[in-house]
Amino acid sequence: MASNTTYEHDVIVVGAGGAGLRAAIAAQEAGADVAIVSKLHPVRSHTGAAEGGINAAIRDGDSWEDHAYDTMKGSDYLGDAPAIEALCRESPKETIQLEHWGMAFSREEDGTVSQRPFGGLSFPRTTYAGAETGHQLLHTMYEQVVKRGIEVYDEWHVMNLAVTDEEDPTERSCHGVVGYEIRSGEIAGFRARDGVILATGGMGQVFDHTTNAVANTGDGVAMAYRAGVPMEDMEFIQFHPTTLPSTGVLISEGVRGEGGILYNDEGERFMFEHGYANNDGELASRDVVARAELTEVNEGRGIEDEYVHLDMRHLGEDRILDRLENILHLAEDFEGVDGLDEPMPVKPGQHYAMGGIETNEYGRTCVDGLYAVGECACASVHGANRLGGNALPELIVFGKLAGRHAAGEEFDEPEIETGKRGEYEDADFESPVTLGERAGDDAGTAADAAADGGEAVANPDAVLDVAVDREIDRVEELLATDGVNHAEIRSTVQETMTANVNVFREEEGLTEALSDLREARDRYTDVGVSDPSRTFNTDLLHTLETQNILDIAEALTMGALARNEFRGAHWRKENQIRDDENWLKHTLISWNDGDPDLWYRSVILEGENKRYEPKIRSY
Amino acid sequence: MSTQVPQQTDETDAETEPDAAEEPSKGDLRREKKAERAAEREREAEAAENAAAGGNTRELKVFRFDPEIEGKQEPRFDEFHVPFEKGMTVLDALIYARDTYDSSLTFRHSCRQAVCGSDAMFVNGQQRLACKTQLSELSEPVRVEPLPHADVRKDLVVDMEHFYDQMDAVEPFFDADELPEDELAEQRQSRQNREKVKMSTRCIWCGACMSSCNIAAGDNQYLGPAALNKAYRFAMDDREGEARKQERLEIIEQEHGVWRCQTQFSCTEVCPKDIPLTEHIQELKREAVKNNLKFW
Repeated sequence: MASNTTYEHDVIVVGAGGAGLRAAIAAQEAGADVAIVSKLHPVRSHTGAAEGGINAAIRDGDSWEDHAYDTMKGSDYLGDAPAIEALCRESPKETIQLEHWGMAFSREEDGTVSQRPFGGLSFPRTTYAGAETGHQLLHTMYEQVVKRGIEVYDEWHVMNLAVTDEEDPTERSCHGVVGYEIRSGEIAGFRARDGVILATGGMGQVFDHTTNAVANTGDGVAMAYRAGVPMEDMEFIQFHPTTLPSTGVLISEGVRGEGGILYNDEGERFMFEHGYANNDGELASRDVVARAELTEVNEGRGIEDEYVHLDMRHLGEDRILDRLENILHLAEDFEGVDGLDEPMPVKPGQHYAMGGIETNEYGRTCVDGLYAVGECACASVHGANRLGGNALPELIVFGKLAGRHAAGEEFDEPEIETGKRGEYEDADFESPVTLGERAGDDAGTAADAAADGGEAVANPDAVLDVAVDREIDRVEELLATDGVNHAEIRSTVQETMTANVNVFREEEGLTEALSDLREARDRYTDVGVSDPSRTFNTDLLHTLETQNILDIAEALTMGALARNEFRGAHWRKENQIRDDENWLKHTLISWNDGDPDLWYRSVILEGENKRYEPKIRSY
Repeated sequence: MSTQVPQQTDETDAETEPDAAEEPSKGDLRREKKAERAAEREREAEAAENAAAGGNTRELKVFRFDPEIEGKQEPRFDEFHVPFEKGMTVLDALIYARDTYDSSLTFRHSCRQAVCGSDAMFVNGQQRLACKTQLSELSEPVRVEPLPHADVRKDLVVDMEHFYDQMDAVEPFFDADELPEDELAEQRQSRQNREKVKMSTRCIWCGACMSSCNIAAGDNQYLGPAALNKAYRFAMDDREGEARKQERLEIIEQEHGVWRCQTQFSCTEVCPKDIPLTEHIQELKREAVKNNLKFW
């Protein structure tokens, strides 16, 4: 099928969750003609599932510097200070901006917006709207997009980027994206005159017990990776300590923030009684609580050998209904438990990827004209562990910065370097199996085409057409093949990741995961789509996504195997200490035209006015 | 995937195992558990097959249609027998059927937790979200159809454009007459006022209400419950000024606005977020009347 149309805008935003919507508004306010291209209609985005709140230092007695300190400490000193300081400095203004856009925040008696305590915070600065802050944020922001008449191409899945093919990725440039209209099966080019902003969200579908939506397949991360942008700190995955056992549905940290208590099977308040966090107890950082729960289960004190109890009954009906009503519905609908009458069963589940597309503090990648913001990006603000309440401000702060930057506003020189330039360190990493793409595989970028001996594409005008043609060929081939069903491959990946690359990690399991992933990659070369329809072909869509899941799972596991230390969310059996001597550095993985290459860059602990000295992270 | 059952470790095994002289490492324990899980999965798969052959399954009759595929151009119902697990939802069953029997079975779904609003369907004759409808509460066979009164694109997927157009028609965005000059100062809102609009802000745009509404079915221009609720959400928010409220009331008072509602409550009954839609529409009618009296 030939491509009929090429759409053209100054700035193309891929993804319509909180980060994408904020980026689009910012780019338009800076004068750009902007369009959003999204796999889902904006209000379906998974930002809507965020419950807890938005950290912002907006009250007397609090300061953005304290927020930055908490964030750096929470990151286990793997966040970059310029990015963290940008987040914390800008968050108050951006949070109040949401209020000015009508967001229905919870309120104090005097009519000001409410804030509550959250794990790892030195001040109760988590600004919230009940236990449905993300839903309120997403809808408020979409309303503003409607108000501004910003064009949205919804149910258009972006398949790939149009990036030139210079050998050195830092010399490449991005000129648009290739979209697949789910309704019609049409494949079309979207030319971006000034920039493409990836805001595709999380990658939770790499695991099989996750709070993430089915749509969270890490599309943007995989696309950028294959176009030459490094993935950064992929091994750092947050496992949220309170998800419902049977579905992975999230129970907000707000429950513990309001005073909810965790008990083991023996009725012990284990966070204190077993010494996991003698000061902060249930409100210790998420990784600390998740490991504590699994340790309880592993040592035989779990309930049904699987989970622990989260009890909020003592808070009283009024307070629960006022601040946590949504939690009652979730526990009832998805676990059959009445949180007013009984404790809720909870266990850790994949929740958030700290790592992602390497960017600087303005959301720019090493490829000219290509940006990434929100969960798909790694600036990095969360380092080895994200604090609760820091994801939503990330969306609005970096969404705004990247939107303006892409629209051509002038910014100071960034402090954070991107791509393989400046100071970096090559890794001594030997993979137990062959990684990446075997010769003959065919799912890459224009750059791959050149590497394979195809037509070289350095001409920015031609690069989009070439990318569109490649995707048309790829879809034709998938539709013509009656091969392996993607669902089999996907579930193999999810199972091995949850078994081997979970909260507790060790060399043997990680090696096993890499070899399982190798097999899965090999099977994927025989994948086929059995639904021949052009109309709403989700069989095809999920097959395309599964390629992204494979690329991400592999890089994530490589990082987890290389990093032989215990930092934040990443725990290694062989070296259960934080090893600042050797590991105050980011893990970066470059696609390297199909032969993944692992390298490192030092963390930036120098802030604007001070240096963040690594301290022991205790709560 | 959400269809997983929690693993139950076999208790007798654990008890009869003698105390090992040396503590097995966590890795050993995990590998052991992994092996157990693998065995468990095998048992489950076997059980599922037996169940499918024997009886502990649920029968689904699912609407199928594809405008371009021969044999599907005429709508039909396909039967799927899905092994039943405690806690299984209609969405879980559809996912199982798709991933196991027919990968062309098509439906929208994303968050699996009733917040994205993608999977409103007509299940046993009522509009429901598939992800929060327990199979155990439904009589068999479970009939799953696309939302009525909307164009079907394929299988259970309907065209939402009309729904989105109606939402757009009420100018669905906050628009204060004036804002605090200080960019760090919020507008004040009383708890009572926030409480007043709270339920209306919970809408997830699933379209169940619109599909259930007889009036909307007969009058394509009727704004419908979701859009009117959206109008309520802003008209009742004290942070917007009087001038804006005036404009909003004019929008909802138009020919195909609030006065079309005949208070049949079908929208309120099907709303998966328990929004009192009919009450909100009634309150808008009262506001409109009060407003008109002002000018007398």
